[in-house]
Amino acid sequence: MSARDVVITGIGLVSSLGEGTDAHWQKLSTPGTLPVLDAERFAPYTIHPLPEIDWSLQIAKRGDQRQMETWQRLGTYVAGLALADAGIKDNEELCATMDMVVAAGGGERDVAVDSDILAASAQRDDFDVLLNEKLTTELRPTLFLAQLSNLLAGNISIVHKVTGSSRTFMGEEGAGVSAIETAAARIRSGQSTHMLVGGAFQTEHPDMLLGYELAGYLHRGEWKPVWQRQGAEGGGIVSGSGGAFLVLESREHAEKRGQRIYATLGPVASGRARRGRDELAAGINRLLDTVDATETGLLAISGASGAHKATAAEKAVLDARTDIAARAFSTLTGHLKEAQFPFAVALAALAVSNKAPYPPFEAGEKAFDGSLKSVLATTIGYHHFEGAALVSAAD
Amino acid sequence: MTKFKDHLGRPVVAVTGIGVVTSLGVGKKDNWEALTAGKSGIHPITRFPVDQLNTRIAGTVDFLASSSRGASALTYELAETAAGEAVAEAGLAIDDFGGPLFLASPPVELDWHDRLALYKGGEREPASDRLLEVARNLNSLEMFDSSQFASIADRLADRFGATGLPITLSTACASGATAIQLGVEAIRRSEAQRALAIGADGSATAEALIRFSLLSALSTSNDVPEKASKPFSKDRDGFVLAEGSAALVLESLESATARGATVLGIIRGCGEKADDFHRTRSKPDGSPAIAAVRAALADAGLGEDGIDYINAHGTSTPENDKMEHLSLSTVFGEHMSRIPISSNKSMIGHTLSAAGAIEAAFSLMTMREGIIPPTINYDNPDPAIALDVVPNVKREARVGTVLSNSFGFGGQNTCLVMAREPV
Repeated sequence: MSARDVVITGIGLVSSLGEGTDAHWQKLSTPGTLPVLDAERFAPYTIHPLPEIDWSLQIAKRGDQRQMETWQRLGTYVAGLALADAGIKDNEELCATMDMVVAAGGGERDVAVDSDILAASAQRDDFDVLLNEKLTTELRPTLFLAQLSNLLAGNISIVHKVTGSSRTFMGEEGAGVSAIETAAARIRSGQSTHMLVGGAFQTEHPDMLLGYELAGYLHRGEWKPVWQRQGAEGGGIVSGSGGAFLVLESREHAEKRGQRIYATLGPVASGRARRGRDELAAGINRLLDTVDATETGLLAISGASGAHKATAAEKAVLDARTDIAARAFSTLTGHLKEAQFPFAVALAALAVSNKAPYPPFEAGEKAFDGSLKSVLATTIGYHHFEGAALVSAAD
Repeated sequence: MTKFKDHLGRPVVAVTGIGVVTSLGVGKKDNWEALTAGKSGIHPITRFPVDQLNTRIAGTVDFLASSSRGASALTYELAETAAGEAVAEAGLAIDDFGGPLFLASPPVELDWHDRLALYKGGEREPASDRLLEVARNLNSLEMFDSSQFASIADRLADRFGATGLPITLSTACASGATAIQLGVEAIRRSEAQRALAIGADGSATAEALIRFSLLSALSTSNDVPEKASKPFSKDRDGFVLAEGSAALVLESLESATARGATVLGIIRGCGEKADDFHRTRSKPDGSPAIAAVRAALADAGLGEDGIDYINAHGTSTPENDKMEHLSLSTVFGEHMSRIPISSNKSMIGHTLSAAGAIEAAFSLMTMREGIIPPTINYDNPDPAIALDVVPNVKREARVGTVLSNSFGFGGQNTCLVMAREPV
């Protein structure tokens, strides 16, 4: 134990399963919970949709809500949940000195405008001029801001007054890994005392599916759990809308203000295995070594996406460690892209704090009755980058 | 004896390699010659038609192989070119950098021409379904790679042999400075002996231009492009969209000294503060910018009398230049009358995600060369902004310390303090 241990004191979660830590713990710790799926709206793709959300619970001003599209609203909302959970929301002094790292993709483009441009292109051979005509007359200025990656953090500053510092990392799952790794490193080194870190993903937009499907990564046909998609039609990923934010603090900072601690965030490891050279399995093993996942009998909250190659590599590594019981939460939430690693760490913290494991999320996952002193969280990117962390009991 | 630890006991961070590309040219030599000659890189746009556009000028980089191949390809080439120059200058193996990579780059979306190609590849309606259907049958990863935010850094990490998971970041117009800050922090935490910090932006597409136009952020002084960017002038009417890149090899002074590398300067302090006022406007009292400058000075262990020159954010928008003046006057008080301040953007325009890195590179060169690049187009001073802007002509000066400001859209403010020599 050290004053500069990184502890988790706030968790904000939203997924198709609901919102908040209690709703997620309830559903995920109950055996046989079924996923919430929408197989119609984006057929042939299945997605896990957002639950109904009353945005005004975390974003009081209608004017602020109007300045955002769903992705930024979602992230700002989840960040608010985390701040409230940590007892920091509306605490002006703590928010003004709080550092923030957001893992962000992009926001939603205007589908109507884009489709209109494409439709008009059939009658024109001067596409670039057409583009100018349409974009200058049809784009809404606010929508541009709603698309900007760094404006999720910008909106969190505006709505929740988190202004110590604001950084946005981009780049799919790796952004979430780096965000947590950097935040933890800053606290451990004394560069920061309390941080807000996390991300959100809103998959219910054709461009968000396109981001996967340009490489054929999406699962098609009948829905299956994460580990059972090998060989099925499509690329294996079923995406979901949701987000996860964590409040990380130095132990000293949290204890001084008497804040409940969920868990300690132990070592965080990140990597960039050269997958073209078949180095992913070795890379995953290296991550496990780095976070010192040596305890015998370990629960692993896996961020496996279902993407065939990456998920097969992760499965092989975890299967080889016969004492590890993996829980691929995307079976129940869908793949949350930038939010995937923060979500994995959050679920690990909930298990540690509740001193109870999750039941298998699908038939192929084995039972677990070992110690919950430490829980492993992994996220192996569907295309590149990977990370892991060990989350341990607070005391 | 050289001190390897700073006033807070952290490793001192040196710069041992610099690379830069702007509309003025490739490499430090060409850029520095043009910059000190007061030459502008702003020109009429030829990359795409300008029909219907209110702004028809930019500081695009039109002379690279990827200049017409889309924002993702150009951003990569800009980053690679600058990093290549920096790593070579540092005397390190070009493919075995051996430290982490931090890349500031724009959030590039799928290029319109790719979107159109997908559309033309199928029949299905609606269009969004058609794009997905065509996309999943593509036999190439080229389009996919250009749509993944991590791809550019991934390729750069391969190219230069950077270690670990490369970080791609965006803090809007402060991104380049944030990339440097992340590198500095990694070295200060002793996670790395050296780090490669790059800011690159090749995203001056028609849509980007139109979006900024819709926010009334751009200059419409199309008739004489080289005169359009006029920071601190009374008739300034917006920034000029531009492209470019810069890379710094950051290295602990101890490591640089041990291997006999030439120290080009020191990154002495970083400061940041986010604004909670508005998505595109800064807080009227300037308090976030003021706090960012003060945080950088404190981090550097310097007082308000410790800065010899300020490399301004100086975008040439009515709002920024006014707020920057307010913030600096508040922090530096009467010292401000003797601190020269100039805006590189008067010549290269606003390179957005790359700006903080490019301006840090030029700040380091300012100290080394003992020459302050001017603020050009300063023909009509704004009487409300009383600053020594080094008007129109370069100035020889002994500059030991520089403050470089980056104030981002979306409220992200980052300031860097650099020094010519270690303490």
